[in-house]
Amino acid sequence: MYVAVKGGERAIDNAHDWLAEERRGDPSVPELGVAQIREQLALAVNRVMAEGSLYDPDLAALAIKQARGDLIEAIFLIRAYRTTLPRIGHSRPVDTGAMACIRRISATFKDAPGGQVLGPTFDYTHRLLDFKLAADGETPEAKTGAGLAPEMPRITEFLNREGLIQDESTCDDTPPDMTRAPMEYPAGRALRLQALTRGDEGFVLGMAYSTQRGYGRNHPFVGELRIGTVAVEMDIPELGFAIEIGEITLTECETVNQFMGSKTEPPQFTRGYGLVFGQTERKAISMALVDRALRWEELGEDSDGAPAQDEEFVLSHADNIQATGFLEHIKLPHYVDFQSELELIRKIRTEAQAGARKDAAE
Amino acid sequence: MTAQNDQGEARKRWMSLLAKSPPARLAALTRDMTDWPAFEWLRPPEVGGVMVRGRTGGTGAPFNLGEMTVTRCALRLATGEVGHGYVQGRDKAHAERAALIDAMMQTKRADALRRAVLDPLATQMQADKASRAAKAAATKVDFFTMVRGED
Repeated sequence: MYVAVKGGERAIDNAHDWLAEERRGDPSVPELGVAQIREQLALAVNRVMAEGSLYDPDLAALAIKQARGDLIEAIFLIRAYRTTLPRIGHSRPVDTGAMACIRRISATFKDAPGGQVLGPTFDYTHRLLDFKLAADGETPEAKTGAGLAPEMPRITEFLNREGLIQDESTCDDTPPDMTRAPMEYPAGRALRLQALTRGDEGFVLGMAYSTQRGYGRNHPFVGELRIGTVAVEMDIPELGFAIEIGEITLTECETVNQFMGSKTEPPQFTRGYGLVFGQTERKAISMALVDRALRWEELGEDSDGAPAQDEEFVLSHADNIQATGFLEHIKLPHYVDFQSELELIRKIRTEAQAGARKDAAE
Repeated sequence: MTAQNDQGEARKRWMSLLAKSPPARLAALTRDMTDWPAFEWLRPPEVGGVMVRGRTGGTGAPFNLGEMTVTRCALRLATGEVGHGYVQGRDKAHAERAALIDAMMQTKRADALRRAVLDPLATQMQADKASRAAKAAATKVDFFTMVRGED
C-alpha cells in the first residue's frame, strides 16, 4: 500500500533558522566578512573555484561562509549558481607558457632557464603550529628581488628538442564539454582532463597515490610545476576581434614519465598533464599522475587492470557533487521503501522458520 | 587601412585593460567625472559565464577547463558611437563604465580620457604585477656546489 506523507514544514523552517544562528556562532565574536575569507582563506576559495568549476573568488568566498566552511557544500552552491548563468561563449585556449609565474619549480632540471622560483609555498616549513598567529602577530614583509626572467620556457620543450618526449597532439577541434552533453565512454583525453580538473581533490589525490604505490605504476617526475596568472582571451563576434576578458590564476603541472616503448611508440618520455584554477598544486600534480595513468591505451601499453587506469571508474567517481548527492540522499525519508523491505524480510523469515520446523519433524 | 588596423589594435588594448581592471580602481579614477555623455542601451548589463579552455600539455589539443564570470553590455552615445563593455566578474556598474569609456575613446575626448583614466589604470596594474614579480624574484633559488675534499 502506498501512503503519501506530508508534514514537517514547521520543523524544517525552524531547523533552517537554527542553522543560520549556528552559522553565525557566538555573537560576541566578530562576524567574518566575505572579503576576509577571500583574502585569508584563499586556498579554500581556490579549491571551491576549481571543483565548483567557476572562477569567481568573491562567489566562492560567499559560498564558504554560507556553507559554514564545509567545502563540498560550498562547491555544491557554486555548481548550482553556475547552472543559472547564460553561457556567453568560450575563450581561446589560455597560453600557460606566457604565465606571469609566482612559483615555478622543476624536479628534473636544476638549472632550468628562468630558474627555480619557490613562491609563497608551504614547502620547507616545519609544520609546527605557529602560536603567533593566534596572538595577533605582525606579518613579516615579503622581501623583494630583481632579475626574474620575463620568460619561463617550458621544461618539456627542452626534452622535445631532442625528440626524447612524446609530442602533444596539435589537433584544434572543438573539445567535448561534459557540462553540455552526458559523459560517454571511452571519453578521450580532452573530456578526461575536464572531469579531472573539477574532480574531488581527495579522490584524485587517492587515485594518483595508488599509481605511486604500484597500482598502474608510471614512474612520474614533476618536470615542471608553475603557478601564476594568465590572461583569458575571447573572440567577440560583434567586434570581429579578440580581447582579453580577464586574468585568472592557474596551477599547471607537467610530469615526465619513463616509458619503455610499446608496439606503436618508441622508447621516450611521456607526459601527464594537470591544469587547475587557482593555487592548487596538490590537485594539479594528482591530476597529472592520473591523466598519465589513463593514457595507457593510447600509448599502446598493457593495462595492469589498476583502478587508476580504468577511465570509467575514475571519471564516474571523481565528482564530489554527484557522489555526495547520491550518498546523502539515503538519509532522506525512505519510509515506504523500507516498509516493503521489512515485510519481505518478515515473510522470508517466517518461511525459513516453518521450513526448519518441518525438517526437524521429518 | 593601416590607420584602421592601428585603431583596432588600440581599441583591443583599452578594452582588455578595462576588462581586467579592478572595479574599485576604475570607479575611483572616474569618480570626479561629472560629464558622462547621454546614451541608450543596446544590451543592458548581463552576467554570464565564459568557458575557459586550456591545452593538453600546455601546447596540445584544447580542452574545457571551467567557467569564469563575465559581465557584458553595449550602448550607443547620443552622438552615435557604440561602446562595448566586457569585464571579469559580476559588477554591472563596472561593465557600464567600461562600455562608456570604450564609446568615449572613439570621440574627441579620447586623449583626455587616456591621460586621466587609462594610463593611470595601466600604471597601477603594472605596478601590482611588478611587485609580485619582485617578491617571486626574492624566492629564486641560487644553487651553489659544495666543494668536496678529495683527500
